Amino acid sequence: MSEKNMVEALHDTLSQMMQHDPRLVLLGEDIGVNGGVFRVTDQLLTQFGSDRVIDTPLAESAIVGTALGMAIGGLRPVCEIQFLGFLYPALDQLISHVSRIRARSAGALGAALVIRAPFGGGIRAPEQHADSAEGYLTTIPGLKVAIPSSPADAKGLLIAAIEDEDPVVLLEPIRLYRLGREEVPDTLYRVPLGTARIVQPGRDVSVITYGAMVPLARAAATQLQQRYGWDVEIVDVRSLSPLDEETLGQSVRKTGRAVIVHEAPLTGGFGAEILATVTEQAFWWLKAPIVRVTGPDVPFPPYAWEDWYVPNVSRIAHAIGQVMAEE
Amino acid sequence: MNQYPVVRVMDVEGTLAFSSSLETALHIYQDMILLRAFDEKTLTLQRQGRVGTFAPSLGQEAAEIASAYALDRQDWMVPSYRDHGALYVHGLPLDHVILFAMGRSGSYAAGVRALPSSIPIATHLLHAVGLAYALKQQAEPAIAMAYFGDGATSEGDFHEALNFAGVWQVPVLFFCQNNGWAISTPVHRQTHSETLAQKAEAYGIAGVRVDGNDALAVYEVVRQAREKAIQGHGPTLIEAVTYRAGPHTTADDPTRYRTSNEVNIHTAQDPIRRLGEFLIQQGLLTKTLKEQMMRDSKERINEAVGRVEAQGAVMVGDMFRHVYQTLPTRIQRQWHEWEDRSHE
Repeated sequence: MSEKNMVEALHDTLSQMMQHDPRLVLLGEDIGVNGGVFRVTDQLLTQFGSDRVIDTPLAESAIVGTALGMAIGGLRPVCEIQFLGFLYPALDQLISHVSRIRARSAGALGAALVIRAPFGGGIRAPEQHADSAEGYLTTIPGLKVAIPSSPADAKGLLIAAIEDEDPVVLLEPIRLYRLGREEVPDTLYRVPLGTARIVQPGRDVSVITYGAMVPLARAAATQLQQRYGWDVEIVDVRSLSPLDEETLGQSVRKTGRAVIVHEAPLTGGFGAEILATVTEQAFWWLKAPIVRVTGPDVPFPPYAWEDWYVPNVSRIAHAIGQVMAEE
Repeated sequence: MNQYPVVRVMDVEGTLAFSSSLETALHIYQDMILLRAFDEKTLTLQRQGRVGTFAPSLGQEAAEIASAYALDRQDWMVPSYRDHGALYVHGLPLDHVILFAMGRSGSYAAGVRALPSSIPIATHLLHAVGLAYALKQQAEPAIAMAYFGDGATSEGDFHEALNFAGVWQVPVLFFCQNNGWAISTPVHRQTHSETLAQKAEAYGIAGVRVDGNDALAVYEVVRQAREKAIQGHGPTLIEAVTYRAGPHTTADDPTRYRTSNEVNIHTAQDPIRRLGEFLIQQGLLTKTLKEQMMRDSKERINEAVGRVEAQGAVMVGDMFRHVYQTLPTRIQRQWHEWEDRSHE
């Protein structure tokens, strides 16, 4: 057991899994010699060789498309897309093939592959490096989508994703990559896909969120606890697809109030799915209308506007105040 | 730049450069007959409303069948939607081909090393490259071959696939049937290149142009490219020059964009007649044998159609069953709802 940040946790997990399973191959842009632009695959080329740690030409559709062929052919590919905003050329592969090869082959073939992609704002990255595109991905049947908010979850979700017989997209919040360290067990453990996590239990209101918004929600909760004594429950969705409807429903049936937070734009965002699910599960327990805190319906702006765009502690605290005000 | 002359197996002196036995040629002929009979039957069924929209192979039988004969069963076939002939040769049972035409299943059978037919153009070339990577990595003496048309060479995935294949030097073949038309778009509106084979050059891989209506030449070219790939000498783009004598699909009306004169010129080069004449000259085929083959084909197809039509309605649960290996509760719940509805 040692303290790790998320990059270290992901790196060490990939290394462990590569040793554990010789079928595992990594492919992506600049992941070999350079160790990945965020260094998640640092030194893995030296450790495992260029047949298993593949620096690919620059073509996202080809990274995902060839990975599907590799998976059907008996390998276990883990792709890195350098930034989620660069995944779009590969959406055709994900929608048309990766997600439906199992259905199209009546269960005989599967796409046991993982796509890792850093995402989200908050690090003053150049334009188009900060998109939160999870909402597109969760609309694709046959795909799984997970987002860790801590180093330990990053490890457990990555292992679960690698071992899954179906395709999993693991979205890694860039802002959390090196934000904090925590104890990460050395053993191979799994965070089962389809399970949410109660980050902190509370009685008064549920804040349902994921990824880089989790620490912001905690900060808001601490503030409100100190100021008004409100007991805020924080639910980290962490597996968007499949969604842990049960945990979300339980939480809101208990508190009767919910605030949903994500960075992606409001309209058609994953928050709408959470809101619908929670309403189905807990309508008769609701004491106040549910409030969403999200990015506005504008393209992710150049970073001078970033602090306006990305939800922050004060917006989250304000929204909690709004639902607490209703009686 | 390299030249890309059209490969034929019979040279001007009449010498035949065909490495396999003439028995193989006769088998190829037989399956070409079957494919044509299948298309004729399916077109009839389509008009009767018993089969949905369907893409016939009329005029492309040599390219379809002979290319597949050049593969071994452990090779991966990565087909497009018009390649039911090739799939059949590679082991897909006739019943499955009909099930696919009837919209009742993917063109897939467990145990056959072929992916379900790709519908989006050129996307599957990448799967062939990935499969070839896996074969190489696991030291399997086999190749992957993708089937596609001239229109696919305009898609980004075509170029990405050739590029990755070149960089990785994996045992993959790209089998392009240049049939002259992508629905209504002729090849000269698809590319300003003189040939499609020459596109290989930009990616540092081999390009070969073959007379796609010369079954034996197709067989020979694919066989050689396969051998080369297995030996570790890299991928090949094969352009089989042929002609789509029929419509793109049953939903298409080719009289809107091409003249009957053009079609007539090409039908004169019909690949089945061509191979038939050759086999007759070789003393391997007789009129009687040919008629026998046609009768057998029709009979086999009718039997398969009968079996498939006797299967009854599809089960609603089958559209849920294989979305994931382990179904999430939400889909399980939906399955139950639909199941209840189907019993109402």
